[in-house]
Amino acid sequence: MAGYILRRLLSAVPVLLGVSILVFAFIHFIPGDPAIAMLGERATPESVARVRTSLGLDKPIWEQYGIYMGKVLRGDLGTSILRRDNISQELLKRFPATVELALAALVLAILLGIPAGVFSAVKRNSWFDNGTMLLSLVGVSMPIFWLGLMMQSLFSVALGWFPTGARLTATLKFQSTTNFVGLDSLLQGNWVVFLDWLRHLTMPAIALSTIPLAIIARMTRSAMLDVLGQDYVRTAWAKGLRWSTVVLKHALRNALLPVVTVAGLQIGRLLAGAILTETIFSWPGIGRWVYESILARDYPIVQGVTLFIAALVVIVNLVVDISYAFLDPRIRLQ
Amino acid sequence: MNDITFDEISQRAEAITTPVRSPWAVVLRRLARHRSAQMGSVLILFFVLVAVLAPIVYPYNAIVDSNPVNRLKPPSAAHLFGTDSLGRDILVRIAHGARISLGVGVLSVLLAAVVGVLLGLIAGQAGGWLDNLLMRGMDILMAVPDLLLAIVIVAIRGPGLGNALLAISVVTVPGYARLARSMAISLRENDFIMAARSLGVSTSEILRTHILPNSLSPIIVQFTLGVASAILEMAALGFLGLGQQPPWPEWGAMLSDSAKFLGAGAWWALTFPGLAIMLSVLGFNLLGDGLRDVLDPRLKR
Amino acid sequence: MTQTDNLLQVKDLKTYFFTEDGIVHAVDGVDFSVKRGEILGLVGESGCGKSVTSHSIMRLIGQPGKIIGGEIWFDGKDLVQLSERELRQIRGNRISMIFQQPTSCLNPVFQVKDQVLEVLQIHQQMDRQHGTARVHELLKMVGISDPERRAKAYPHELSGGMAQRVMIAMGLACTPELLIADEPTTALDVTIQAQILELMRNLYRNTNTAIILITHDLGVVADMCQRVAVMYAGKIVEQTDVRRLFREPKHPYTQGLIGAVPVLGVVKDRLEVIPGSVPNLIDLPRGCRFAPRCRARLERGLTICAEEEPALRPIGLDHAVRCWLYE
Ligand SMILES: Nc1ncnc2c1ncn2[C@@H]1O[C@H](COP(=O)(O)OP(=O)(O)OP(=O)(O)O)[C@@H](O)[C@H]1O
Ligand code: SF4
Ligand SMILES: [Mg+2]
Repeated sequence: MAGYILRRLLSAVPVLLGVSILVFAFIHFIPGDPAIAMLGERATPESVARVRTSLGLDKPIWEQYGIYMGKVLRGDLGTSILRRDNISQELLKRFPATVELALAALVLAILLGIPAGVFSAVKRNSWFDNGTMLLSLVGVSMPIFWLGLMMQSLFSVALGWFPTGARLTATLKFQSTTNFVGLDSLLQGNWVVFLDWLRHLTMPAIALSTIPLAIIARMTRSAMLDVLGQDYVRTAWAKGLRWSTVVLKHALRNALLPVVTVAGLQIGRLLAGAILTETIFSWPGIGRWVYESILARDYPIVQGVTLFIAALVVIVNLVVDISYAFLDPRIRLQ
Repeated sequence: MNDITFDEISQRAEAITTPVRSPWAVVLRRLARHRSAQMGSVLILFFVLVAVLAPIVYPYNAIVDSNPVNRLKPPSAAHLFGTDSLGRDILVRIAHGARISLGVGVLSVLLAAVVGVLLGLIAGQAGGWLDNLLMRGMDILMAVPDLLLAIVIVAIRGPGLGNALLAISVVTVPGYARLARSMAISLRENDFIMAARSLGVSTSEILRTHILPNSLSPIIVQFTLGVASAILEMAALGFLGLGQQPPWPEWGAMLSDSAKFLGAGAWWALTFPGLAIMLSVLGFNLLGDGLRDVLDPRLKR
Repeated sequence: MTQTDNLLQVKDLKTYFFTEDGIVHAVDGVDFSVKRGEILGLVGESGCGKSVTSHSIMRLIGQPGKIIGGEIWFDGKDLVQLSERELRQIRGNRISMIFQQPTSCLNPVFQVKDQVLEVLQIHQQMDRQHGTARVHELLKMVGISDPERRAKAYPHELSGGMAQRVMIAMGLACTPELLIADEPTTALDVTIQAQILELMRNLYRNTNTAIILITHDLGVVADMCQRVAVMYAGKIVEQTDVRRLFREPKHPYTQGLIGAVPVLGVVKDRLEVIPGSVPNLIDLPRGCRFAPRCRARLERGLTICAEEEPALRPIGLDHAVRCWLYE
């Protein structure tokens, strides 16, 4: 087991290194002079020179990478061009909002997706099963930004049930210490803020959860069907267990193994989906930030956030693999 | 709940009858009977038809010429799907948009499939450091979420249809490379192919005559599902203003225009382009699902 | 022979599989009976429906299969008609079953002790503490040394023979009246096979459990069983006691099988020495199912064989045969 974890950890290193090279190189793929591309044609020579030095574009490329990596390893993602912000600090300030949204979506997807998948498998070919499977296929076929807009036009514009966007009502003054508004307001017992936050979170979280929900439901169903045909499940029946014990104890425990992996793989999808969801719902996380930076051609921000997200995906996959190994005694006890 | 019995929920995983590599006629017959494959094919055919007929039925300038008098009119006999913020007929624009979405969807995945399969076969056949290098490269691409990578690529190269197509291709490649590699490896260990090799049949000959035909089924499935996600990604890029530029009617871009008038209650401007995206994507997903059921007996029923 | 001698009586059991390619008549009118405390051998070539028969008794037929007819009498109740709730009282308690692939029959994510314990908890309402002690006892009884330690193992840590011992412990936990053993040793090494059979014989002597022993192996039958039912293409073709079966086999198929065993007790791997193969269970031949392979039919010039199916008829005390030769 220790060997497995070590091997898995080591295998993540070249990928992370590769991602850093890819992200570093991306500024150099910009056609023409990146500094001019960022500042626009009418930039003054001084500001171009400033950006060039701040990006280190005047040094040989391997040296540039060395400097860049040196900074990244110290947690420094550079400064933004337009507002000269410290990107790492900005990132940490905005990231909690994305975590709130992505976690809410993932929790929704798991809480609804696994029972739906189990029930579909147990009632295979019933109207529930067919309906769930068709719905889940519709779910993965839906552009989430469209779903978000439709929800806004129905529930916000027409019915007025939910706000169209933002994380809190503007008039509410709330000082968040950790930038996790939900958590902070809950800890402070500030129910007004908490409920307001929840109301703002609901629609973006639902929109963002659609695809993972559909995928988890389908995966759970097919894993369940596979497991229900296994010999050990037949043994469980032969023992005289009731169906609920057979399904929820003997079968589900095994079927969840692949589902854990799939749920873990949704993290990347959630972070990418956050770009669209946060943009539509004006949710102040890193997704909207990266999009705004692309429009503003503030490439160091794009670079920093991309590296951050990629690293996060690699690490989450690592954690998922290792927890999978803990859940499966066949790997754990190797 | 009532008692559920063993026979209601148990089926042997290895369903008994289906041969592994069915002749194509059998596959087609099964496909024709498969419900989601039927629904999917109907949807796809419908959109293909729309894409082909659009320029014949509707004059070209109808999609671009703005007509301020008509702006944001609800559905009527003259404009079945209503008009957009520049007074253009939404139905006409959706019909023309089908050309872009289907075209880009199929083309980008085709490109990705060719490149990915080649890379995967090379990696799987070569083994060693080349395999390692290629596959780590794919791991790196896969570490960045698809949509983010596509957005970054377009951000570098500039917005536009061509770059969006390229970006979608790039993010699609790793899936094919992995698939093709695993097949090349499993078939490399195959006795039949070892025998062919020992008889002096060249590698490219083996690739062409044995490996590719055998790997066709999963590649077809992945292709179909790939087109579905390519259409979605294209729409997302268009929506973010990174894909097809106005005035050309790309579905995602149409939605981003409609979104600006959300408050005006122009539900039709939002509903119909989105439905077009969803239904065309659903078509490919349904067909892909059916194909997987029919071609991969392990996952039957 | 009265009904009361019989622990289990199967009458005209039919279990079909409704597949895309057609209806598989896997079990097509099977009759046999098991007496209290005896070992009945059920033999026949691969694919003749032995497993489907045994699974039908426990009502463990999954889709696309279905028991479409017949009766299975156990202790005055027809198992085919029993409600799921009543069936649960019987499964694992009064009838239990062990299978061909012991390792895949144990749930990979639970410790061995919990899997055995479960049976005691549901059928004997034992608490965890008493149950665990009993589990250790059971494991010891099936010849597992150091049961306290082994009880904590996961299935993948066990060898095939060890896993089958665990399955047997699980099967015997509630001292059932009937144990169905579906080729319990086929997947094991030869030496382990002998050990498992020895274990079963000892357990049989010490309990009053009747056993249906399903096997390919006539050597095993001769060694272990009192009575034998011979199955061919979804039907029983001969049933009698073991001595008579070997001394005077009546059905041409049985004769073929025994002719293929040169010396009594010498182990033969597979019963594949009769020319030809089991008919396709979807398109069955008209008449006697063995007809295409039957030499006796040709020698006697029996034409009815290819037209009408013979019935299973008693031809002596506790001896029944399905063949036109004895009509
Ligand atoms: N799930 C199923 N679907 C379709 N046909 C089945 C299924 N299970 C069993 N059969 C068919 O039923 C017939 C009898 O199978 P069974 O497993 O009872 O044979 P068996 O006598 O136990 O053979 P073996 O000695 O190989 O175990 C076979 O022809 C098999 O193809
Ligand atoms: S009935 Fe005829 S064909 Fe069948 S076993 Fe007897 S003699 Fe042979
Ligand atoms: Mg069997």
